[in-house]
Amino acid sequence: MLAIDGSLLDFKQLDLLAMRQTAIHRLDPRAKVLTTLIFIICVVSFGRYEISAMLPFLIYPVVLMTVGDLPGGYLLRKILIVIPFALVIGIFNPVFDRQVIMQFGPFEIWGGWISCMSILMRAILTTSVALILVAVTGFPATCEALEKLGMPKVFAVQLLFLYRYIFVLTDESVRTSRARQLRTFGRRGLGIRQFGSMIGHLLLRTWNRAERIHMAMLSRGFSGEFHTTHRQSRFGREEIVFMGGWIAFFVLFRVYNAPQLLGRLFTGTMP
Amino acid sequence: MSHHKVEVKDLRYVYPDGTVALHDVSFRIHHGESVAIVGANGAGKSTLLLHLNGYLSATSGKIVIGDIQLAKHNLTEIRRTVGMVFQDPDDQLFMPTVFDDIAFGPLNMGLAAAEVESRVTEALERVGAANLRNKPPYHLSGGEKKRVAIATVLSMLPEILVLDEPTNGLDPYARRQLIALLQAFHHTRIVTSHDLDMVLELCERTIILQEGRVMADGPTLDIFGNEELLKTCRLEKPLAMQGCPICSPGSRVMPEQKPLVPPHGDKNHDHEH
Amino acid sequence: MHMADALVSPAVGGTLWAASAAMIAYSSSRVRKNLDERKVPLMGALGAFVFAAQMINFTIPATGSSGHLGGGLLLAILLGPYAAFLTIASVLMVQALFFADGGLLALGCNIINLGAFPAFIAYPLIYKKLVGRKTCQSRMVMAGVIAALVGLQLGSLGVVLQTVVSGVSALPFNTFLLLMQPIHLVIGVVEGVVTVLVVSFIYRARPEVLDSAHQDKPLGELPMRPLLAILIISALLIGGGLSWFASESPDGLEWSIARITGSDELPETDHKGHKQLAAIQEKTALLPGYSLPAETRDAHDPTPTAAEERIGTSLAGIVGGTITLSFCLLIGIFLKRRAHSQRIQASR
Repeated sequence: MLAIDGSLLDFKQLDLLAMRQTAIHRLDPRAKVLTTLIFIICVVSFGRYEISAMLPFLIYPVVLMTVGDLPGGYLLRKILIVIPFALVIGIFNPVFDRQVIMQFGPFEIWGGWISCMSILMRAILTTSVALILVAVTGFPATCEALEKLGMPKVFAVQLLFLYRYIFVLTDESVRTSRARQLRTFGRRGLGIRQFGSMIGHLLLRTWNRAERIHMAMLSRGFSGEFHTTHRQSRFGREEIVFMGGWIAFFVLFRVYNAPQLLGRLFTGTMP
Repeated sequence: MSHHKVEVKDLRYVYPDGTVALHDVSFRIHHGESVAIVGANGAGKSTLLLHLNGYLSATSGKIVIGDIQLAKHNLTEIRRTVGMVFQDPDDQLFMPTVFDDIAFGPLNMGLAAAEVESRVTEALERVGAANLRNKPPYHLSGGEKKRVAIATVLSMLPEILVLDEPTNGLDPYARRQLIALLQAFHHTRIVTSHDLDMVLELCERTIILQEGRVMADGPTLDIFGNEELLKTCRLEKPLAMQGCPICSPGSRVMPEQKPLVPPHGDKNHDHEH
Repeated sequence: MHMADALVSPAVGGTLWAASAAMIAYSSSRVRKNLDERKVPLMGALGAFVFAAQMINFTIPATGSSGHLGGGLLLAILLGPYAAFLTIASVLMVQALFFADGGLLALGCNIINLGAFPAFIAYPLIYKKLVGRKTCQSRMVMAGVIAALVGLQLGSLGVVLQTVVSGVSALPFNTFLLLMQPIHLVIGVVEGVVTVLVVSFIYRARPEVLDSAHQDKPLGELPMRPLLAILIISALLIGGGLSWFASESPDGLEWSIARITGSDELPETDHKGHKQLAAIQEKTALLPGYSLPAETRDAHDPTPTAAEERIGTSLAGIVGGTITLSFCLLIGIFLKRRAHSQRIQASR
């Protein structure tokens, strides 16, 4: 039960973070969405055994987190929850890929371990930037940016409605399962039949609510067309500098393995 | 000014399954009047309200708003004139921010951006919620949600306000605030509620519905004074009219006056001695 | 199962992104065209419902483990294919952004796996055909279970293919397939049963709800063509990407084929592109010379294969990596300090 309440709270907190007013929050959402996408493409395009070359990419989430005034511990916890999903697959790498890739005295390191680490690294980088994007932009603004970038309006409206009613319906879901739990007296688990009717009730209530929302929309002149005023946002100098700067950074560090070069400089193995 | 009157004549509504929800309901509400529609659960209040802006269409009978008889082709105009505030503000506030929500109606009316802007500002100030402008609805308290829901309707400049259970679920302070707000309006107001104390403060006229029929229609004080009528309609005098049980002990049987221990229990007790 | 960004390659992620974007665009125009405006809030609320329903776990009989509703087939039954597809896609997008579940690049994969298969194949081609015009309980159960089963099998096959073609994971195709499909067989049956339970509950309580979805235009026939076309084109594109991978990079299918056939070494490849790629990889890899098998290295390779050299370059990677990491940390601390002092100044 705590888990359900917790994930709801989590959701609300991420939304609250988006309401802060920092230089990053103020940027046009499009700049942040595009930069994030390019970041992810750069990261996932690295080779299978790449680890060190990805490290400079950590700078982006770190900078956004600090300038955007986001609580590091909170984001870290959220990232840690998700990472096991990628690792479940990654952990098979050492099983199947036993090519010796590195040797420190008697210790042999298989390619599988390296590529597994690489998956971990990718997971950390990609999940952190996705979460940070929402935390510094907010979901509605992200949708708006995507709509301006060509997402169909019907889908944008769908995303906004979904987002709005997640808060209402998850509350209902929490109440329903709390009420059930209080009457099960410690017997754990929910039978599939009970579950069916519980979810059925939830669905009926949802359906009725959708009808009431429709009524409310009609009574305010809704006729099938959705008019939204877009928040004032412009793609100005700051956005160009932000995007241009970061993309240059990503491309540079995608092509050159800076940690490798740096390490050679220090260990004197420069060719 | 007959312009903002509401006239309901022989309104009859039969649900698809054959249940008759409204039996030839008739009444006439004049401009600026504040009227309560009360009745037990299932008396037909909500069904009646849904007719007033044409969401449900009557099986027979007619509704005239201002000088227009409600029909399919003039729904847009009717809905602009009759502002509906629904019971659950979560149903009414569906946009990402308070601003978007209040702008929804005016934008649907095809108003220019500047006009929309000023209407939103005005509506927000009217309900004392200017500070909530950019908040998402799910971060508002119950009272704030209610006031914003009213603002979403005010921004369309309706002449008639219809409110379904406006004080439902509010804490005493928010309820008091809301009553004061509604008292300040000069619109024609039609309110349904189980909160009869609010009705007493807000509405000079009350219509009682029971099982889809108008049981009474008259000055609120007269109707609430008729205990016989209230009882048959499964209602109760508002607390404000009941007299205080603590200050005037004679008016009601107080629990303290009952013997605390049942008589036969005493007997048993005696037997043991 | 959700595909994750960490497992997907840009080619696979990009292709499926494009395919799912095309499907969203097409479905949006369909929903818009035969606009039943009641559906606007309904789709939103039902999307939120799936979210809320997924928070409640039930016990899977006889296993002791717990599961939750997927919801794809249920949405298709309630809304019809196009609206359901958009709704599922929107749910996946919120999951990707708020819970980093899946990820942004893998979103396309997830929309296809969990959205397109139930909405455009399981529902119209299986469920609807099996249930027929009359709604009778036993047929509904059968149709629901089979449809959910097929939908989930296709979805998990999608995950396997996308993972293997991406080549980030070392799991061989066969093994992964044998791992995923049986699990999804169980999940499919459970999903089907739960879907039918919920649908029959609704049918008893408010039959008109289901009728309205049924009255939608028949979606089995003509309008399915463009969608199938998109599916086929994206399959071809993936195939193209696949062969690109096979010829130009040791990553991907070739590599996994090598694994499957049991040979530890990769067949030699002498393409020009491969050499260039190898050269880039030499420059960029943490462990140059090790990320590619020895055979593929050529004469202009500057790195000798002596054992000390290996340790030297590995060491370089580790030292450089540590320096980079500390640098990232320092930037963070510096910016935080600066922000803090600015705030103090501002508050004065």
